[in-house]
Amino acid sequence: MMKLSKTFSASAGIKSRGSSLWLVIVLVRALVVILCVTTAVFFLIRIVPGDPAKMILGEYSTPEALESMHHALGLDLSLGEQFLRFLKILFTQGDTGNSIISGTSTRELIADRAPVTLLLIGLASVFAIIIALLLATLAATNKDKLPDHLIRIFPTITLGMPVFWVGLLLILLFSVRLGWFPVGGVKEGWVGTVHSLALPAITVAFSQIPTLVRSLRAQMLDVLESDFVVTLKAARIPRAIILFKHVMRNAALPTLMLFGVNLSYLIGGTLVVEQVFGIKGIGSLLFSSIAKRDFPVIQGIALYCAISVVIISLLVEIISWWLDPRTKGKS
Amino acid sequence: MKQMRIDPRLNRYGNRTSIFGRIWSTPTLLVGTFMFAVLVLLAVFIPFISPYQPSEQNLSAFLQPPSAKHWMGTDQLGRDLFTRLIYAARTDLKIMVLAEIIPFCTGLFLGMVAGYYGKWLDTVITLLTDTFIAFPFYLIVIIVAFASGAGERGIYITFILVGWIVFARVTRGLTASFRQQEWVASAQTLGLPGIRIILRHILPNVLPQAIVVLMTDMVGLLVAIVTLGYLGIGITPPTPDWGTMISDGQSFITTAWWLSAVPGFAVVYTGIALSLVGDGLADLWRKK
Repeated sequence: MMKLSKTFSASAGIKSRGSSLWLVIVLVRALVVILCVTTAVFFLIRIVPGDPAKMILGEYSTPEALESMHHALGLDLSLGEQFLRFLKILFTQGDTGNSIISGTSTRELIADRAPVTLLLIGLASVFAIIIALLLATLAATNKDKLPDHLIRIFPTITLGMPVFWVGLLLILLFSVRLGWFPVGGVKEGWVGTVHSLALPAITVAFSQIPTLVRSLRAQMLDVLESDFVVTLKAARIPRAIILFKHVMRNAALPTLMLFGVNLSYLIGGTLVVEQVFGIKGIGSLLFSSIAKRDFPVIQGIALYCAISVVIISLLVEIISWWLDPRTKGKS
Repeated sequence: MKQMRIDPRLNRYGNRTSIFGRIWSTPTLLVGTFMFAVLVLLAVFIPFISPYQPSEQNLSAFLQPPSAKHWMGTDQLGRDLFTRLIYAARTDLKIMVLAEIIPFCTGLFLGMVAGYYGKWLDTVITLLTDTFIAFPFYLIVIIVAFASGAGERGIYITFILVGWIVFARVTRGLTASFRQQEWVASAQTLGLPGIRIILRHILPNVLPQAIVVLMTDMVGLLVAIVTLGYLGIGITPPTPDWGTMISDGQSFITTAWWLSAVPGFAVVYTGIALSLVGDGLADLWRKK
């Protein structure tokens, strides 16, 4: 107990990251949020004003058809029973039931589309981090000079840019005018896939870069002006080594955390961008399910996305806790 | 120069005489307000400026490039692009402002309550925000907008459900930090009820920060409205809206690229104006 309170007070400024108790709290919190998310997805179908069965079948459906749709959706049961049924399907099948249209399980439908979406998200993350790091370094090392001013205006301008519109402009410039990239769709093979996904990935990355640059620049300036960098400079350590070995390392951690926070936004942007570039991923599955009013599939996509966001933010939190030099030798 | 602050509101009254001077010396605020005012004035007076109606078709003059008769050219149905653009500003700006009112109030209230009372109320509200944040913003916006039906009503319902989170998060943090300060403690020792302390003492202090956040959030909201329009689950045609204009123009991207580009620039213009206002207000309140 003594040791615990000591770690708490020693690391009060960094939210008591020094104790293994922190790890337990974070894990429990993530579990509770996953439970809440699951409940929220269950109620998703119930926020629809009116009868969901009528919405699926249309205004002029026969009472028998409505009856069987009620049964298929489980709407003829009481709310408690419905929730138990929802949980049962979730635990036995690992999803939110079968598609009303095709009868395929939601899990299979998502697994079928997931690879291309995941690849797009991965590529976008890599682009976002590389470009943000370059711009932030440029701005921080030229503080209050022209490059810094230009880069600082950047977030103000890009804040109001709809991501799909940026995609359209990039298609216009790089695909239609210059012919460097395909206009839409995904080509065969590894090289073809990456080539077709490059432009959409840059589009998604573009929406993330301003926030990343803004905070990275501030982080780097903090480190650049800190005592230890001044000491290193005084010791005549070359500028490049200071920058890459010390400044980047110290700025990387907060960036990773910010990236975890923004990930949910990045996934949302990806779903929209897929639509612009005609990529058959989770986004297009979502929109086709919306057009067909395929509720179980819509619920499944929402559930899978939200749970992945919770798990990834948890991992990011744990990794940065583990990487943080201040936690070393304490736990 | 750090001043003693018993109740930070006092400063505002103390400095009242110089408020115009302070505004005048905040160029970002001036430029942003000017840019936004131009757009609003255009939107208000467009029936007197333009000889065309937003839905007036002229099939003999379709897809025309910009000219003296049609400042920004015409679309595939021969409708004047400039007229449609400004009428769309009417729709989109109106929805942007109206859709922000309820989320702003609920978010502020929940954030202050969570931050002030702490304990289980705070835990519940934080859990609620964590749950909503787990859903990617556009995913939840698309699903809720679809479920509540396309059109204006769907947009309002969507943002009543998801829009409050940002404000709740910001005010919660601020309120929790104010709770430690002596002016709250002295109000408590006077025996004032919690709700009165929240509304009379904490609210005026969180409001500036909340308004700064509101400005950036409005840009995000506008982009979301336009995105929903583009995806066909927002404003429904024939009501002019920037999103549907961009999506209509997409088929002509190779021949008449400006049809899609121009409405997007309108969104970017509004975004720049509002974020300048936000930055300016933040500067103004910092200078105090």
